[in-house]
Parts: sequence; C-alpha cells; structure tokens
Amino acid sequence: MSDINKSSNPFNPRIVAFFCNWCTYTAADLAGTARMTYAPNVRVVRIMCSGRLDPQFILKALRDGADGVLIGGCHPGDCHYQEGNYKALRRFTLLKRLLESIGIEEGRVRLEWIAASEGDKVQRVINEMTETVRRLGPLNLEIPDAPLKGSVITEHYPEAAVSQGASNE
Amino acid sequence: MSKPKIAFYWCASCGGCEEAVVDLNEDILDVVAAFDIVFWPVALDFKRDDVEAMTDKSIAVSFINGAVRNSEQSEMVELLRSKSQTVVAFGSCAHLGGIPGLANISNRAEILEEVYSKSPAVINENGTAPREEIEVPEGKLELPFLWNTVKTLDQAIDVDYYLPGCPPPVDIIKNAVGAIMKGELPPKGTVLAPDIALCEDCPRKDTKPEKILLKEYKRPHEMAVDPTQCLLTQGLLCLGIVTRKGCGSACINGNMPCTGCMGPVSQARDYGAKAISSIASLVDSNDEKEINEILEEIIDPLGTFYRYSLPASLIHRSYQKSSRQGEK
Repeated sequence: MSDINKSSNPFNPRIVAFFCNWCTYTAADLAGTARMTYAPNVRVVRIMCSGRLDPQFILKALRDGADGVLIGGCHPGDCHYQEGNYKALRRFTLLKRLLESIGIEEGRVRLEWIAASEGDKVQRVINEMTETVRRLGPLNLEIPDAPLKGSVITEHYPEAAVSQGASNE
Repeated sequence: MSKPKIAFYWCASCGGCEEAVVDLNEDILDVVAAFDIVFWPVALDFKRDDVEAMTDKSIAVSFINGAVRNSEQSEMVELLRSKSQTVVAFGSCAHLGGIPGLANISNRAEILEEVYSKSPAVINENGTAPREEIEVPEGKLELPFLWNTVKTLDQAIDVDYYLPGCPPPVDIIKNAVGAIMKGELPPKGTVLAPDIALCEDCPRKDTKPEKILLKEYKRPHEMAVDPTQCLLTQGLLCLGIVTRKGCGSACINGNMPCTGCMGPVSQARDYGAKAISSIASLVDSNDEKEINEILEEIIDPLGTFYRYSLPASLIHRSYQKSSRQGEK
C-alpha cells in the first residue's frame, strides 16, 4: 500500500466515501488507531446508516467533482437499524444500472460491507478503489454553468435563497 | 392606460403547450381582455423584428415553452429575456428539459446521422445533411446550429417562475395567470403548482397500504390493470410518490401510472434519483441476487425515471456518447 503514491499514473483521484456510523466508520477509526496506511484519496462522510444514503448524494458528489464514490455499510443481517443496509443495497442496485446507462464506469461507485472490526478491509477497499479510479481517470462531467434553479429548495440550499433574494427586484 | 403586454414563445417542444393555452377556452377572453398579446408565433403574425423593436422590459410576462437546443432558440430566449419583466418557463421541457431532453442520452453527431441517414424510413442517397450556411445565387442562407446537449430554459436564461406539466394543466395556468393579473406572485424561482406529492390527490389513495413491498415490476401492457387499486401496489411504476400534484390525476383516471411530467416536489433536487430511491426500496427481498432479478424488470431506468428531467438532473447527460462537438 505504501507504493500507492508511487504509481506511474500521476492522476490523484478524489473519492467521496459515505460510511455508516456503526460499522464502516468504526472500522475506519480502527484502521486509524492501528496506524494502518492507505491511500489518502478518500474523503469520508459519516452517515448514521447506509440506508440514509439518498442516491442524490452520490450524484451530487460526482457532479461536484468526485471521481468516485465509496459506500460502506454493515454486513447483511448486522444493520444497527435492522435493515437499512438492505435498502442501501436495493437503491445501489438500481442506481448502478442508471450510472451504467449514462456511461459512468462501474468501478466509480462501489458498495462494500465492512464490519466494525475490519480495519484491514477498509485499508484494502480504499487502496483498491483508488487504483481502479486512477486507471479510469478523471470523471469531468459536463455540467452547464447556469445554476439549476426551479427545483432548488431554500431549506436545503440556503445559498440559493440568498442569491434569489439578491436578484429580486 | 394601455394593457400590460404578454408574449408566448416555443423552443424545442411538440406544440402541446400551445394547445394548453388554447384549452383555456372562453377564459382566454379574460386573458385577452387583461393583456395585449404582442408575440405568439404559433397564432399571431408578429416577427422577430417586432420583438427587437420593443423597448427593454416592455413585455410584462413571456411564457416560453420547450427546451433550448440550438442557436436560434438561444438567441430568441435571450431576446425575450431582455424585453420581458418576467419570464415563465412553461411546461416540462422548459422546466426540466422534457422529452426532447432525452436527446442528452445521445449526441449531435449521432442524432444527425440517425435522422438523415440511418433511420429505416430515410432514403438519402446523396447523403444530404443540414449545414449551418450555404451560398446560393441569391446570397448566403443560414440554419440554426444544433447543440450537442439540450438545456432547460433556466440553463439558457434567467427564469422567474415555472409552470410544470406536459402540458401544464389548465387549472395551473389559470391560477398563474390570475396571480399575475392580481400581482400576487410568490418569490422568484417558485414552481407555480402545489408542492405536495400526487399520491395525496390520488383517487385511489385509500387503497395504498402503509407499507408497499413488491416482488415484481410490471408494465401496463403485461397485465389487466385493476381500475380501483393503487397502481404502485399492482407493481406498476407509478411515480406519483415523487411527483408534484396539480394534474388532477389525469393519467391515474385513465388507468395509467404517473410518469412524472409535473416534476419533483421541492424537497427533491433530482427527480430521477429520488424516484430510484423510493422505487428500489420497495423491493421485497434482502437477497442480492433476487433484488437484482426483481430490479432487472425495470427495463430502462434512465428513460423511466428521467423521462422529463434529464437536462435538469444532477447528471445532465450521458457521458459514454458525450463529445464536446457543438457544445455551447
């Protein structure tokens, strides 16, 4: 793993990881306490449960510059909330087909079950995924300059409220 | 004092939105009594020069339908924006990209090739294809340039309000026109339709159980659809759960599932992603293989969940067939 950064490919992917509080995030914590080294390309967002992961979060991450998205949840049967991880799996399964059909490569979005004790799996998955996305290259979505108004809601996007207020006559 | 002026314009659209205006029936007389229609290419003989001759901001409201996908549409909407105090995106295509927005699955080169040579209905031995300009004895002729990517109206110009629907339901239009006549408009950027999901309005609401779980997804032609039961519980992809109400459940009353033309309620940023979220979570299985099999029954997730909103979505277009040629 220490040779990750010595890869001949100079591209350094940005990966957003959504880790569930009870298993995968704890595992990442464990990897940290155990001083395991892994690729520094992942930005971890802690969510309470992988079932909380709205597919919009994944698309927004990709839109806003992530080259890949990693989702980590409890193993099947181990969800702190009984079946949140199953919901994550169902959504992920359908979202994956959507991403395929718009040409976002399979390796860019990955779902992994990582238990609280599996610090080594966090290390392995992050290293693997970084290499996969590195090979795939930058994502570079073509997004229009114009802000997407209309369906923007002020509660969720306070900055939109400010700009709307400012442009009101 | 002269009456306030309004304008109607169409971009990449089918003409159904123009029909919706005509569907106002006698009520259009109230509109004409209150406003002067100064520009409406489908019905009145005013030309672009007439609009160019107007002073800036002299049109009270412009209702623009259709997505924006070529240089002419872009010029026209920019012109109308500069001449109008208020611009209303009229209908699904202007609001979210609509059906023409599905062209974002493809690209300019592929679309032109399909339409002018590959399509089985086309005989084009000379390989004639549109060009942006050509010299003829009388001078130079020009055609608009087709873009690689379809845009919503608000990706092309600043938009004040949105009237959703394919086409916008008459009641929604009447309410909006009424609000404009009274000067009682909500904050800029508002979608002028109720901000509640269609299920709330559904005549079959009482047959929708607290929790829906599905072992299979079906399409209307594959089954005898029960005209009284909640369509989603019958396994049909009825998208009323994520779609804004206001259409009077027109499709449901026709025993067909909602396809989502009214767009998302304001709590959802990306219609398709939210639809995927809710539809997929109904799958009645915890087994990876079985989940996959059940969801395989949804033949075309992109076309189903982004039928009216691909250009407005977070992903905007397809990337495997993306080329920057013709990008604007």
